[in-house]
Amino acid sequence: MSENLIVPTMAQMMAEGKQPEILFWVGSAGSFDDRAKKITRAFVKILNRANVNFAVLGTEESCTGDIAKRAGNEFLFQMQAFMNIELLNAYEVKKIVTCDPHSFNCLKNEYPSLGGNYEVLHHTQFIQQLLKEGRIDFNKDTYKGSRITFHDPCYLGRANNEYQAPREILSQTNAQIVEMKRSKSSALCCGAGGAQMFKEPEKGNMDINVLRTQDALETTPNIIATGCPYCNTMMTDGVKFAHKENEVKVLDIAEIIANAQNL
Amino acid sequence: MQFLDNIFFALLLAAGVGYFTINVKKLIRNIKLGHDIDRTDNSSERWKNMTMVALGQSKMVKRPVAGFLHIIVYVGFVIINIEVIEIIIDGLFGTHRVLSFMGGFYDVLIGSFEILAFLVLVAVIVFWIRRNVTKLGRFASSDLDGKPRNDANYILYFEVVLMTLFLVMNAADFHLQNLGIGHYNQAGSFPISQFIAPIFNGMSEGSVVLIERTAWWFHIAGILVFLNYLYFSKHLHILLAFPNTYFADLNAKGKLNNLESVTNEVKLMMDPNADPFAAPANPDAVPAKFGASDVQDLNWVQLLNAYSCTECGRCTSSCPANQTGKKLSPRKIMMDTRDRLEEVGRNIDLNKGVFVDDGKSLLNDYITTEELWACTTCNACVEECPINISPLSIIIDMRRYLVMEQSAAPMELNNMMSNIENNGAPWPYNQMDRLNWVNE
Repeated sequence: MSENLIVPTMAQMMAEGKQPEILFWVGSAGSFDDRAKKITRAFVKILNRANVNFAVLGTEESCTGDIAKRAGNEFLFQMQAFMNIELLNAYEVKKIVTCDPHSFNCLKNEYPSLGGNYEVLHHTQFIQQLLKEGRIDFNKDTYKGSRITFHDPCYLGRANNEYQAPREILSQTNAQIVEMKRSKSSALCCGAGGAQMFKEPEKGNMDINVLRTQDALETTPNIIATGCPYCNTMMTDGVKFAHKENEVKVLDIAEIIANAQNL
Repeated sequence: MQFLDNIFFALLLAAGVGYFTINVKKLIRNIKLGHDIDRTDNSSERWKNMTMVALGQSKMVKRPVAGFLHIIVYVGFVIINIEVIEIIIDGLFGTHRVLSFMGGFYDVLIGSFEILAFLVLVAVIVFWIRRNVTKLGRFASSDLDGKPRNDANYILYFEVVLMTLFLVMNAADFHLQNLGIGHYNQAGSFPISQFIAPIFNGMSEGSVVLIERTAWWFHIAGILVFLNYLYFSKHLHILLAFPNTYFADLNAKGKLNNLESVTNEVKLMMDPNADPFAAPANPDAVPAKFGASDVQDLNWVQLLNAYSCTECGRCTSSCPANQTGKKLSPRKIMMDTRDRLEEVGRNIDLNKGVFVDDGKSLLNDYITTEELWACTTCNACVEECPINISPLSIIIDMRRYLVMEQSAAPMELNNMMSNIENNGAPWPYNQMDRLNWVNE
């Protein structure tokens, strides 16, 4: 199944005396979670297609510490942050792109005061740039006639006020883009943030992802688009809970574009 | 005899303003119990924020019905209070409608006060219906059981009474003006109270004068009582919304602060040249407490937030945890913080200016760990708050205390954290496998 992905590491680049234009921060979910790995691969396909000069940290990458910070463990967060910053600064990284809004937020907002100053982009922002610059193209007919609704990840939307990039990408697909009743700054969380992904929810009468998936299903979509590996998992589970997995797909924006490139 | 009125008025005014001042000082003292945090940077952005969000009510209109009604009451409150200037001058110097020399402009002023007063009455009645008849979800919530629900209604009753007194006073004045009696000279226009005035037809002059005076006195006395009620009420927001929006966090909502006390420790830990047995630089320094278990551990902006909260519940109604039946309610986090802060303040009052440990704390006695762990940190509450309060920052500080001081995280989170410590990922996968996805 594996087509050849070109994924240089920073260490290789450095050995060859090269400096990549951009560092792709894969993140823990993107590296280890089976569903999220597909998103990672889809994004790399786009990067390869656009001939982006990028590299990853590979086995040198470590958790940003974001989840620990939100769970209240500031020690662990800062330990992780200092380790990562030391590495990133040693490689003289200037620009980072990541598919995980949580890493995006953490690297962008919380690393600078600890000594890590980088330009940080979410992959939807980066893909939008590539499209704008004409560096990638895709088959506009792939999604013709289908309905796509976008679920705003909290850490991209409310946390960092990026609502446009994912929508602008989707608007170029010829699909019908339908908004949920709660979207953009009013979007409901998928339920995974704040370290909830890693624990059972507190007692209640419903799971958050089920409620959010209801919002999405009310738009009768063919595809629920996401921009976060955790949202993707939560929404996928929500769709299964509603027994709609045969009708509704949950896809990351990177996958939507990569699929339309027939890559 | 004439002077007695003025002396009594001056005493009433002094008592009203004096008692309020005492409570404002207490309020400031209580807010200053919080940690210091610098929010003096970027003053132009802060002024802009305050102008837009507090003065301009930009976030209120996100819910159009409540937003529109609120703007009426807000504009009415601000503008009708111009009338208080005249009332105070009249009261102190025994004049009557001293500002009427402004002629046509005075007519416009009084006329617009009347229209606003009427609109405020209508809005307040709709507010009351929303709370007590149609019982909107966020007002029916158990967060408000007891005093908070009464508080909200008292405020509405106050406003009904004040607006009614104002209109009755004007109606009586208008009636007397038309009769050309005594000092009741033609002044002002009365687009609303002219319809009330006919009820005085057939009454003796003396009775109408008595009604006019009674309404005048009760109106100003009511305003002073209301002013003093603020400190004991959620209604403090009419004043504190302004500093609250000015001092609000200007950073991206996703950005949590990095604890400096932790940075120092971590740097020491990671410094290969650090001497672990070295004597501390300042042996008397109290080691910093990580996170917050009580109000004194929060910063003063968080405490200001608690006093500014008017318990509208937009935060709670947008909270994903709350909507799915979990115990967490961001509004309750703010109400608990204020209640505890008030309790600590009373403790200080009773103990001659020093807080004596009462065996209680914000954590557990007010806010339970179940509430804290239900938060997804999604920032919906922060986004929704019409005056930029952050319940999330308090939740995070309390989680920090639970994890760093008490090691009391839920077990699954402890597993997640030890995975990060051991292999740099929240799952138990080897860091050396981080690139395996390339070839899968």
